[in-house]
Amino acid sequence: MTVDDRFGQDYRETLEERSHGARNEIITGPVSDWATDFSHAEPEWAADPYPIQDELRERCPIAHTERFGGGWLPTRYEDVAAIAYDTEHFSSRAIIMSNFRPPPEMAPVGASPPISSDPPFHHHARKLLLPAFTKSAVAKREAATRAFCHTLIDELEGQDVVDAARDYAQHIPMRVIAEMLGFPPEDGARFRVFIENALEGVNLPPEERLARAQKLFDYLLTQIRDHIDHPRDDLTTYLINAELGGHKLDPSHVAGTMALLLIAGIDTTWSAIGASLWHLAKTPADRARLVAEPELLPTAMEEFLRAYAPVTMARLVKEDMHWRGGDMKADDWILLSFPAANRDPAQFERAGEVVIDREVNRHVAFGLGIHRCVGSHLARMELRVALEVWLARIPDFSLADPAAVTWAAGQVRGPRTLPIRIG
Amino acid sequence: MKVRISSERCQGHGRCYDLAPDLFGEDDEGYGQVVGEGVVPPDKERAAGLAVSNCPERAIEIL
Repeated sequence: MTVDDRFGQDYRETLEERSHGARNEIITGPVSDWATDFSHAEPEWAADPYPIQDELRERCPIAHTERFGGGWLPTRYEDVAAIAYDTEHFSSRAIIMSNFRPPPEMAPVGASPPISSDPPFHHHARKLLLPAFTKSAVAKREAATRAFCHTLIDELEGQDVVDAARDYAQHIPMRVIAEMLGFPPEDGARFRVFIENALEGVNLPPEERLARAQKLFDYLLTQIRDHIDHPRDDLTTYLINAELGGHKLDPSHVAGTMALLLIAGIDTTWSAIGASLWHLAKTPADRARLVAEPELLPTAMEEFLRAYAPVTMARLVKEDMHWRGGDMKADDWILLSFPAANRDPAQFERAGEVVIDREVNRHVAFGLGIHRCVGSHLARMELRVALEVWLARIPDFSLADPAAVTWAAGQVRGPRTLPIRIG
Repeated sequence: MKVRISSERCQGHGRCYDLAPDLFGEDDEGYGQVVGEGVVPPDKERAAGLAVSNCPERAIEIL
């Protein structure tokens, strides 16, 4: 047996090369006009982006900003869909809108395939992951997820006020993803730091962000080496052994995909569970109806995903072009807001209302086109089980202090502090 | 009534096999497939309609 030496010094040099991207001036502070100066990193956006998006949809409907080195924000469903489908003009080489653009030669693979990949490479990288994330594959994790949710509720026993984001929602995807990747379940607190580094604080200096990303890759490297020495039946061992075109994956592909699964698998579902519980805590009629009619939950859940879609993606414009009224420049960002698309009145009746028995709900919370969230079936299973267990165990609850609720800033939005009064 | 999935458009969201499991299933990669010949019995016409109107990619056709 030959020793797998892909994860030695050369691999670290590959990571080093990634830091040779383009940097721009960092502009922070209050937004002067959302149509010409938008920023997804300001507190006003984190607190309540929907009125901002609704107003832009009426006025613009594609906002622009000079921040982040230049970017655009479409707010209509049809524009978001058109960009999601158009991989000729819009690249996924970077998907977090910050003040750093990775070097063009990173396309079509990108730092975290397949989310950062463009065709034709994208198809092959995605195909590797799909079988592990089908509805029937993730159904095998449902019993363990349900048992874990019950354990979390058991631990809330005796408290009148609990933090449903910190003490419930976040732990569910952390546990599931740790099991799938074969990471120690007790490393959850470290995952949280990695997630905050990747998705929040996009206006920190790029050097600081790269240094923080290095810590994530150091952690992943430790896990990879441990799996090389002790192979297991999990996604890490699967990726180490996987082949594309007759060759094992590049080490940066293995680690990049693991980073993607760790970050995107946790923050998103944590946000969806938290936002759903927040809605139910402040809407007694919806809460009472779901307690009385648990069979309505799968329908209601899709409505929570529509109205509180946690994920916004980004793209980079490939070449200078005039697109739907805007003079877009090569490497301009597109902030691809699935939440804004999901509240477009041209696409949805009563778009701004949460209608828990909405039967026709063609929402795009998991994206559209070739980058449809690979974990959507897993996310739906976790969200359904988390809500079923909570509503069965804690049918009567309300917001303890609406003003104390805090929301994650940036491209994944969900409650990070959610004080809930039980009973 | 018959249903058909465009494999060009389908991205594996799985809304069809969530909403109409008697008419649609998943393949090994999660893409939707019609069950059998795609014939919709009268009592499944409502489910077929829900699958069509909830597919984010508009990949399902009623023939």
